[in-house]
Amino acid sequence: MHQTFDAALEINLLHANQDGADHNRAHFEEWGIVCVNLMSSPGAGKTQLLERTLQALNPECKMAVIEGDMTTELDAERLRQYGVPVIAINTGRACHLDSKMVAGGIHSLSHEHDPASLDLVWVENVGNLVCPAEFEVGEHAKVALLSVTEGEDKPLKYPIMFREADCLIITKTDLTPYLEIDLERIKANVRQVNPQVPIFAVSTKTLEGFEGWLQWVRQLIVQKGVCV
Amino acid sequence: MHETDMTRALILTLQDWWESQPEPPTISKVHLTVGNFTCVEPASLQFAFTVQTQNTFLAGAELVIRETPLIAFCHPCQKEYKPDIGVQYACPDCQSPMEDIRSGRELKINRLEYALLGQPQIQETL
Ligand SMILES: Nc1nc2c(ncn2[C@@H]2O[C@H](COP(=O)(O)OP(=O)(O)OP(=O)(O)O)[C@@H](O)[C@H]2O)c(=O)[nH]1
Ligand SMILES: [Mg+2]
Ligand SMILES: [Zn+2]
Repeated sequence: MHQTFDAALEINLLHANQDGADHNRAHFEEWGIVCVNLMSSPGAGKTQLLERTLQALNPECKMAVIEGDMTTELDAERLRQYGVPVIAINTGRACHLDSKMVAGGIHSLSHEHDPASLDLVWVENVGNLVCPAEFEVGEHAKVALLSVTEGEDKPLKYPIMFREADCLIITKTDLTPYLEIDLERIKANVRQVNPQVPIFAVSTKTLEGFEGWLQWVRQLIVQKGVCV
Repeated sequence: MHETDMTRALILTLQDWWESQPEPPTISKVHLTVGNFTCVEPASLQFAFTVQTQNTFLAGAELVIRETPLIAFCHPCQKEYKPDIGVQYACPDCQSPMEDIRSGRELKINRLEYALLGQPQIQETL
């Protein structure tokens, strides 16, 4: 018989990812950058929100985008026309970005551009309601998007992302007249798991509600002490 | 699909420990705690672990998963309750939203059981 030994580890399963995220955040802070992680199910409107936001805040705020599209450069191409650096990370079949992939993005960003001149870096995560919330990438804030076409029950069925979000955007509100959906019900469901989260109901088509979101972004930047 | 990534994260962490040992241990059991309020499905994790550890230093190691229930604490009622995952998270008595979580968010490697058998058969790492 062999003797069996015990080793107490008591560490998080995602320890290595967490370390990488802290490392990324330290880089951002050294350059005076606020990093925002955008998360939602596929097609909820992350890229279109970014398009409108880049349009509205450029050049008041110096921004860049780290784009986590699965296999294509489509989203990155859409965003490049707004005159900001866009780094596309090919995530292959991964269903979320992790801190190592984003570290690669930061590396490219710091070689091809002057990171110290930036105020805000957007990370567009892979469209997925389940995993991205567990994998920090070094962000200062997580923004979750939920489109009105997805249904009121999604915050209850996929609660983790909504629980972890620092800001929630209900998107495509221009479509509500065509749907049987109650915006207040969506908000109440989100508040069950995240009572204090700021919620903005926005259409990036009509720009209804958009100013509230911009104010939140400006406030975040001021809070973090850059771009004042 | 994300269980593959979770498993990879787990294996890399175990690999760090394994490589730091003076003589290569043969790991027989890995004890984890996985909360019910995480995005990890224990059965999928088990499956992914078996597949991904084949022909590595962890081949044959058993994954022992302890699941923890989601338990929230309601401040107005001053008591714990078990939210009905997928249906309702607010307090069933007073409808206050779920503020404090006491259990259910764990994703933890607690401990390992291992033996020192001289050179293990397989020393492949990732
Ligand atoms: N009517 C309407 N359509 C919208 C709105 N926002 C986005 N869309 C449309 O929804 C579709 C998906 O939008 P995207 O911005 O590509 O969504 P995404 O979340 O970036 O998608 P992935 O990156 O593929 O996950 C596009 O056809 C958009 O034009 C909105 O506010 N109103
Ligand atoms: Mg997109
Ligand atoms: Zn209560």
